Parts: sequence; structure tokens; C-alpha cells
Amino acid sequence: MALENILILAAASLLWGSLLRHRGRTWFLLIASVVVIFWLQPALPIRGADFWAPLATLVLVVLTWYITADDETRKQRKNIIILLIVAGVVLLLNLTRFLSADFQLLTASRPPQLKTTLLIFLITGLTLLALSRLTRFSASFLTVGLVLTIGLFLLIKIPALSLWLSSFLRTLSGQSLTNVSINDFRWLGFSYVAFRLIHTIRDKQSGRFPSVDVGEFITYVIFFPAFTAGPIDRLERFIKDLRAPFAGLYFETFYPAGQRLLLGLFKKFVIADALALIALNDTNATQVTSTFWMWVIVYAYTFQIYFDFSGYTNIALGIAQLLGIKLPENFASPYLKPNLTQFWNNWHMTLTQWFRAYFFNPITRWLRSWQKPMSIPTMILLTQVTTMLLIGFWHGVTWNFTLWGLWHGLGLFIHNRWNDATKVKAAAWATTPTRQAILNISGILLTFHFVAIGWIFFALSSPVTSWQVILKLFGAH
Amino acid sequence: MNQPIKPLNILIKGLLLFLLFNLVIAAWQPSVGQFSLYNVFYPGRERLPFGENPKQSYNLSLFDLDAMFASHVIAGTPKADDEFRVIIVGDSSVWGTLLKPEETLAGQLNQDNLNACGKNVRAYNLGYPTISLTKDVMLLSYAMQYDPDLVIWMTTLDAFPLEKQTSTPLVANNEEKARELATNYQLRVEADDPNFKKKSLWEKTFVGDRRSWADFFRLQIYGVMWSATGIDQVYPSDYEKAQTDFEADDSYHDLIAPLTEDQLAINALEAGFNVVGETPMLLVNEPMLISSGANSDIRYNFFYPRWAYDDYREIMTMLSQANGWTYVDLWNIVPADEFTNSAIHLTPAEENLLAKNLAPYILENCK
Repeated sequence: MALENILILAAASLLWGSLLRHRGRTWFLLIASVVVIFWLQPALPIRGADFWAPLATLVLVVLTWYITADDETRKQRKNIIILLIVAGVVLLLNLTRFLSADFQLLTASRPPQLKTTLLIFLITGLTLLALSRLTRFSASFLTVGLVLTIGLFLLIKIPALSLWLSSFLRTLSGQSLTNVSINDFRWLGFSYVAFRLIHTIRDKQSGRFPSVDVGEFITYVIFFPAFTAGPIDRLERFIKDLRAPFAGLYFETFYPAGQRLLLGLFKKFVIADALALIALNDTNATQVTSTFWMWVIVYAYTFQIYFDFSGYTNIALGIAQLLGIKLPENFASPYLKPNLTQFWNNWHMTLTQWFRAYFFNPITRWLRSWQKPMSIPTMILLTQVTTMLLIGFWHGVTWNFTLWGLWHGLGLFIHNRWNDATKVKAAAWATTPTRQAILNISGILLTFHFVAIGWIFFALSSPVTSWQVILKLFGAH
Repeated sequence: MNQPIKPLNILIKGLLLFLLFNLVIAAWQPSVGQFSLYNVFYPGRERLPFGENPKQSYNLSLFDLDAMFASHVIAGTPKADDEFRVIIVGDSSVWGTLLKPEETLAGQLNQDNLNACGKNVRAYNLGYPTISLTKDVMLLSYAMQYDPDLVIWMTTLDAFPLEKQTSTPLVANNEEKARELATNYQLRVEADDPNFKKKSLWEKTFVGDRRSWADFFRLQIYGVMWSATGIDQVYPSDYEKAQTDFEADDSYHDLIAPLTEDQLAINALEAGFNVVGETPMLLVNEPMLISSGANSDIRYNFFYPRWAYDDYREIMTMLSQANGWTYVDLWNIVPADEFTNSAIHLTPAEENLLAKNLAPYILENCK
């Protein structure tokens, strides 16, 4: 989100939160979120794609709601009204194609022809109708939904598949394949949308899915403050806030919200953007001439990624608070934690909680349920490495994200084993506050540098360059 | 405290504070350029900041002379007793387009380890990539505070046309400095010169002048990358060589043959000599490409038709004799294939040749 987007959204939220309060808040959040996903979607080189991407998000969200909602909720008449209103908003956005370019402010480029949008509505409507004709919903729908969402996610994240998708979409729109690139179809917010959808499908499968109407579900998945950079909220928690009466903004609610917003803006647009000028990247990684300066640019990246991401989180939390929604925290001083496990409990917390709930815990339970369970260390190694590899893949299926996941997975395993082996000795040694402080500070420094070196794989695109940077950090290149 | 928020009040208070802050900045016009992280936290730059692609060159163009000089190595290098300080001013050929700092004229002179009158010659590159005598005089006047023992002023005909004097962005955005030069050194500056960019009240506010503020901060931040990489410009692996074939066109800046002194900014040259005062100054007509391609009987190169350049050389010789200036004409010392992307940009080898040609004059001018 650019600064002007944030300021406009914050001003709109402030006005609504203080003037209209609870009146029509649910509608405001729904309609604003629908408009915002079109507004924030960057321009794409494939004709019409910057309109189709947010529309695809909406279709996907509606279909997921349909297969996860219970019979009674699904049949409520208000869902049809909500869907008609959402469709109306999309059609109005589409109709801006008939305005002059100066007034096409809500889409990245001129919206495509209306007939295609209508065709998509028709297909979605017919799909919903077909599903509604089924007398009984089968659990296999959920599995199909899960596989489709994961499939789409892989399509976007695996470079070879992204390239294929770009070529396919270019061919579909009659465009040349000469300049085809994996970045042709940058589907804004899809990483977060996919995780929210997977979360709801899995919760439905395990019988924990709350009853929500389609408007509430859409608002949850594409809630505009958290659409582009999280946090990944849980549906039950979000709905509680959404349904709770909102008395409007008072000093005690406005100040923390305003503080959050300003802190986020400062972190993102002052600190992170300044650090970005000197942070490690593919170009400067090969240009830096000395060990000292290599550390400087690695540190710069380490702080830049934190201030950028936590800044956006603060902004999201601040805007959401102006509207009476308290999104979950995502960062809690992660670089001040004395070990890697605590770092991951405090860095991008909602993502790690997601993986813990939907991958780490189930797989651990499954491994434990074996008739001949494997040894505890092997189990820890397997679960931690696979979890961290998946977190790496969430960012992109590339060699460097794989190495980054592996780095942290192995780091967590080694910390776990080290902690097990030394905790008694460490406790016996750290008997005074000074010794405890020494242990704590050493742990913080070690963890910070472990994480900072890990960021090298994250920041760069090539394992070879990453290795050269690491060698240079230790004066070996 | 359980008071409802009044957004209008918040908006009005916020706007008033914002307005007040901007008005204070507009009235105060703080001069922050002299504060620099260069020469304190990281080494000064070997040449003045200039760059059109900051993300790749870790360098950028700005108009704040204080900030520009504060980032230069000369600002952080106290003159040692055994230093013979040489400053070199001029255009992009001095600054060193496509050349690494050590390959420029100043860099080559430093590598030659010259010794003048028992002192070590240390040359400073104060060239700047636009062609204008007035711009050179402005930089020269600023550089004199660093106590040079010798000034080398590299120039070429294209720095002389009257229309080019104040239109160069560095001069156009520093009217006050230009007027000071007019008052102190008799530089001719028209009272109503339209080239000068006059700042409105809005452009003096923090928001209106945000580009300058951002440039100042970016210059400081890019110091890290300059220190880490030694890179201060983009070095393309391939570029278009200087043009050697021309149209049959003998025009030059709407000037009419023969070229006369009153068509050129000779006054700026004189002002330059006034600026340096007693400090010796070497005026050098820099090397240029002499083409043998199509229509080379009409034009020497992209910049100059033969008639204009020949007249210019005559004028310069006469003027230097009349004024007792030390003038060195090196216009034809470099073969045509040793120019890079312009008729005045030399290869590293020819910069070295130029340094070798100038070395004797440096040694002659020490006291």
C-alpha cells in the first residue's frame, strides 16, 4: 500500500468510526473491502488482469463460503441480497470503463468489457445454483476446495508454473508471448487470502467453523486493512469483533489506534524505506568490497524487513481499531528474543500460529500415533524442518526460500536439542542476576545473528550469491 | 475521558500544526547541507555528487552546494604541511563519465605521485557534468575555502555560449550564489535573468521543498553504499560510441561566423581568475574528438563546426596572452578512437596521457 492509499483509508475509517459508528459498519467494511481490493491491485501487463485478479479473489471467497457454510446459513435470503450488492459494486467498478481516464481512479487500468464480467457472474451463479440443488453436501467438496486453493497457491508461487500461467493468460487475451514473465500475474493479497480460505476449510472439516453469512465471510477474508500484509486473523475471533456493538471512537480507543497508525507510518515510510536504499539485494551483494560493509548491508536488510513488515502490521492494526476491529498482534520485539524458538513465537506470529495449528500439531499427532513411533529427536527434526520449509514455500517456491526454511528448521532443531542438553547446567550456572543477564544477552546476540544470516537467503535470488555473501561476512571471500 | 471523538477538531488541529511547521520552515529556510555523515562516519566522495539513477549509482544530483561539498573528500581532508593541493574544475570530462574515480584526471595525477617543490601533489576532482563557465566559477568560488595551491580549469568552447551560463540546473537553482559572484568578482548576471528558479512561498515550505529535503537525506544514506562499493556512477557494459559521421551542418548555437568575444562568456573566465586571486590557475582547453568521418571537413565533432572551434582557439590564445593567463591548449592530443560516449570523454589510458601532459605545468607552478 502506498502512503496515499493508507492516508485515504485511515481518513475514511476515522470518519466512519467517529461519525456513523455502528450504523452500517458491516456494510461499510464489506463494500470498502471489495472496492479496496480492486483499488490496490497493481497494473498488470496482461490485458484486463488487474480487474480479473480481484474478481477471481471474490469468486473464490464466495465459493469457499458456499462449501463451508452450514445448510441453514446458506439458505438465508440475506445472502442473496449481499451477493447482489457485491456484484453491483463490481459492476459499478467495471462501468467506470466508460468514464474518461482521469476518473478511472479505482482500478489500475481501464476496466475490461462488461460482458466478460457478466459471464463470470453467470458461471459463478450457475455453480452456486448447481451446488444448492444437491440435497446433501459431501465432505469431498471441502477436499476439492482445499486442493484447488493449494493448487492455485502453487500456481502463483512456483516460478515455472507462474510462467506457464502468464503464457496461458497472454494467449487467452491475444497478447504476444515475447515479453512473458513470471511477474505478469501478480495477484495482490492472494497469499493471505489462500491461508484464510485454507484455515476456514480445515476448521469446517474439523467441525469448528462458525456460522457466518456470506458478507461476514467476504469481509473476514478481504478485510481491507489486513488484505495486503496480514495479520492472518482467525474467523471466530474476527466475527466476534464484527458482530460486537461498536460504540464509536472515544479517546481511550482513538489514541491507541492513532498511535499504532503513526508508529506504523514512521516504521514503514521513514525507517524501512530509508534502510531499503542500503539493504542487501542481488545487485549490491556482488559489489560490496569488504567484510565490514557486508555486515552493514546485511544488518540494514535485517532491520529493513522488520520495520517494513511490522510497520505495515501497525498500520493495519491502527486502521482496524478505528473501525472497532482488534486484529491480532504479529510482532513482539522478535530481535530481542534469546533463542530461535522465541524468535519464531514473536515474528509474524499469526503465520507461525497458522502453521502450528494446521500443519505442525496435526503432523506431530500423526507421527506420535504410529504403532512404532520414531524417536523424539527424529520427530522434532522432521516436523520442524518441514514446517519451516513450508513457511519458506509460502514466500515462494525457489531454492533460496527452501534454503531459508531449511536454515531455520535446522536452527530450531539444534536449539531444541541444545536446550535439552544444557538447561540443567545453564540453570545451575546462572544463579546471579549478572550471569542470567550474560546468558540472556548472549542468546539475543546469537539469535539475532542467526536470523540475520538467514535473511541473506531470503533477500537474494541465487544460492551461489548467498554463499558468497556469507563467505564475505566471515572474511573468506 | 469517555468523550466521543470529533473528527473535525482532530482534522483542524492536525492541519494547523502541519501549516505552522511548514511556515516555520519557509521563514527559517534552515541550511542543513553543511551537516554531513561523509568524512565523519564514512569517507568523502572522490567527486561531487551527480547521478540520474540513484538506485544503481548510489549517487544523485542535487543543487545544495553545501551538501555537495560536505560530501566530498576535500571537505574532510585537512591540508597537510607537505601537501601541494591541486583542484580541478570543469565538465563531465573532469568529473569522469564512465570512469572510475582513480581513472579520472585527478585520480591519474594522484597515482603519478608527483612531487612539487618538495610537496606531495594531491589532486581533487571538482568537475561537474554540465558545461558552463558560470557553473565552474560557482564551484571554484566555493572550493577556494579549501586553500588550493593550484587550480586547473579544464574547459571547452561549449562552456562559453552566453545562453548556457545560467541555464545549467546547478546555477539556475543557486541564484543567490550567482549574485554574490556578480557582486564580489564582477561576474555578469542579468538582473532579470529568467533562467533562475525563484522559489515561491509554497516551494520554501517543507512540503513544497520536499524534493530537496529528500535529496539531502538520500545523499547521506547513499554514503553507505559509496563506502561499501566504491561505486558512484553506472558503468554500462556497452554504450554508443561518440558520433564521427555528421550532417553537412555548420551551425553552432545560432552564432554567426566569425566568432567574436562578445558572443562568448569571456566575462565568466575573467570572474574565475578574480575568484582565484593570487592562487596560480592553469586554463586548459581540453582534448576533443577530431573526426575523419562523413562531413568532417565541416565539423570536428558532434559539438563543433570547424569555423567556430578554430575561431575559439584563436580568441583563447589572444586573450591568455593579453591577460597573462597560463593557458594550455591540448585540443588535439587524443586520437579519435580513444573517446568513449562523447566527443570530450576520454578512455582511462588517454586520461593518463592528459595527466602526463599536465604534470610539467603543475611542477612549474609550485612556489
